[in-house]
Amino acid sequence: MDILSILIPASLFLGAIGLVAFIWTMKSRQYDDPQGDANRILTKEWDDHPKPPDPPPS
Amino acid sequence: MTDATHIPMSACPACAAAPSAERLAGLAAERDARLVLSLPGAHCAACMIAVEGALQAIPGVRSARVNLTMRRVSVDARADVTAAGLIAVLAGVGYEAHELDPGLLSVTETDRQGAELLMRLGVAGFSMMNIMLLSVAVWSGAEDATRDLFHWISAAIALPTVVFAGQPFFKSAWASLRVWRLGMDVPISLALILASGISLFETWAGGEHAYFDAAVMLCFFLLAGRYLDHRTRAIARSAAQELAALEVPRATVLVDGAEVVRAISKVSVGDLVRVRPGGRMPVDGVVTDGASEVDRSLLTGESLPVYAGPGSVVAAGEVNLTGPLTLRVTAAGRDSSLHRIADLVAIAESAKTRYTSLAERAASWYSPLVHLLSFGAFGYWMWATGGDLRFAINISAAVLIITCPCALGLAVPAVVTAASGRLFRKGLLIKHGTALERLAEVDTVVFDKTGTLTLGAPDPTNLGEHPAEVVMVAVALAQASSHPLAVALVAATPGVAATPGAAATCAAAEVTDLHEVPGYGIEGVWQGTRVRLGRAVWCGADEVGVTATYLALPDGRTYAFTFADSLRPGAETAVAGLRAQGLTVKLISGDAVGPVAALAGRLGIDDWVAEALPADKAAAVALLSAQGHRVLMVGDGLNDTAALAGAHVSISPASALDAARVASDIVLLGKDMAALPDALRIARQASRRMVENFGISAAYNVIAVPLALMGFATPLAAALAMSLSSITVSLNALRLR
Repeated sequence: MDILSILIPASLFLGAIGLVAFIWTMKSRQYDDPQGDANRILTKEWDDHPKPPDPPPS
Repeated sequence: MTDATHIPMSACPACAAAPSAERLAGLAAERDARLVLSLPGAHCAACMIAVEGALQAIPGVRSARVNLTMRRVSVDARADVTAAGLIAVLAGVGYEAHELDPGLLSVTETDRQGAELLMRLGVAGFSMMNIMLLSVAVWSGAEDATRDLFHWISAAIALPTVVFAGQPFFKSAWASLRVWRLGMDVPISLALILASGISLFETWAGGEHAYFDAAVMLCFFLLAGRYLDHRTRAIARSAAQELAALEVPRATVLVDGAEVVRAISKVSVGDLVRVRPGGRMPVDGVVTDGASEVDRSLLTGESLPVYAGPGSVVAAGEVNLTGPLTLRVTAAGRDSSLHRIADLVAIAESAKTRYTSLAERAASWYSPLVHLLSFGAFGYWMWATGGDLRFAINISAAVLIITCPCALGLAVPAVVTAASGRLFRKGLLIKHGTALERLAEVDTVVFDKTGTLTLGAPDPTNLGEHPAEVVMVAVALAQASSHPLAVALVAATPGVAATPGAAATCAAAEVTDLHEVPGYGIEGVWQGTRVRLGRAVWCGADEVGVTATYLALPDGRTYAFTFADSLRPGAETAVAGLRAQGLTVKLISGDAVGPVAALAGRLGIDDWVAEALPADKAAAVALLSAQGHRVLMVGDGLNDTAALAGAHVSISPASALDAARVASDIVLLGKDMAALPDALRIARQASRRMVENFGISAAYNVIAVPLALMGFATPLAAALAMSLSSITVSLNALRLR
């Protein structure tokens, strides 16, 4: 059962990474236009780098 | 999930729309380089490229980005780029666009709430997964120290999560408790607190059962329902605001001979206001200068333009057609007909909130029942075990968790989200939370004519009856005017000048010295003599009963060119589809008998009424309702507003007047009406799915609650029942086609 002392922190750490990643996607406004982003990937126009998002409305 | 706290927000789009006027007034002053356009026609990757490409090609446009989810495009441009120019460019590449007010679309309270809910949902989701993994170990037989360790770790994750993610429930439960009501959130909060509390106690005492996973799962599923609900409402609300922002209330005021653009709220009685041809009257007033014709179709339903000259009384909302007019303001701001519109809307809104939705009805008996069951179980087991408080609380927490309306909280939002998403793709925007349910109950459909079944744009009907030469002359004259009838006449004969055979007649129809006499018509010189195209009296012709313009030739001959309103695309399909569904279709119009009869005949509507006053329309709808019919009113004008408000559910096209749009529950975003029968079908299906979902959650409860009451409910059983029922109702909602 000693393995638990490694596995549990490891799993919690991985969970935390997921949570932080989620918070990052929220903060970088990736849920603003899910349909548009899904379709934009099909176009060739922005293959080199993503189209800059809207400036945040003030 | 429906509760007392969110209903008022959606109940009054007028409240949301009301501040827009003041905001717009402020905006008018500053030059904003950021333009936002609504784009109801965009739906795919190709549309995005086309729209962005077309906009970026315009000089002065720095960037354009389409948001496909919201169906809008935001444009960053120099200050000299106007929305009207962008709209014209988009129309050129085949997209319908409307100007929106970017001030209203900035980060609002709503967006912040949405982001907050999403954050709580995400946190609850991650905690749920982690606790679930730990729980699997416990369920599969971890014992003693290991089990306690897992319980402690679960507690360390679950308690902060419940405190953070459960806040919306706690707040709303507190709000409803303060006014002595048992909302749906009271049993939810109680279950969360009780489950966390008892689990913490069990963990501390080294007990076998802990409900941390159930508490967090409950949070997650309910937040999911709440988030769906919020999103549907937010989209509907923002769209309602967008539409409210379409008409910019500004007026051109003459101050010491100079023209100054002012917000409506700053115009006072006695001011002189100038209205250009094609503009809408911003105020009520009396014409002091100029002659023109005004289109009153939005206000009265008349399709025939009316003459306006010095002394004529005009009302806000009418459209000036041919010549510039100067008005002396008789009523502005709060006293004008604009304010009367607001009153009508307020009445409409208060009438609409009477409907109790399925979810509210379910909640009203469900919530007391849950408490009763839980406290009953607590009391019984206290008595049966001779005062074992720990056991009794355990049972009552289990009952609360099992009965908690997870499926119920997801059942309605999931169906509404799925259905309104489908309708949005068909070009229908659901503005009101219960509109879908009400739409499903409809058995009678009442249509307005002008602007609803027709586009309000005329189409010549008897060109073929006149000699070619006469048509040539008329078209040559009409080319000089921007009057809708003249424009229609020119548009209807596009190939005339181009066909080689007609070259001779064309030459004959060379009319020189054209000039427009505002309010009357166009005059020109043809073969050395004067010819006129315009109003009957001016041309010396006899009036025919329908919309027409008249041509007077030098020898005294006159010809009448008659027009009919062009049919809205899909109107025939819509009416046929509704009749095929067994609905009664009626047509009630404020227009004259002739055009109404013609249109009714064309669409196959037997039951029609012409020359109806606004009050007649409302009375007709009220009478139908009193006879037990559920009426769907489809209308666009001010004269329809009262009827729209009085009907069980109402639809108006996006081109309708503000008041009509605010009073209606559903807005038709595109021009095409063909989706209407489909919308009714989807609404009926959605209602059926909701009832089915209630049935499914009831079935789960019937099985699980007795188990919980008898004390057999383990955390595993609770987790299984909760996730199974939630997933089943969500899948059932997605079956909507």
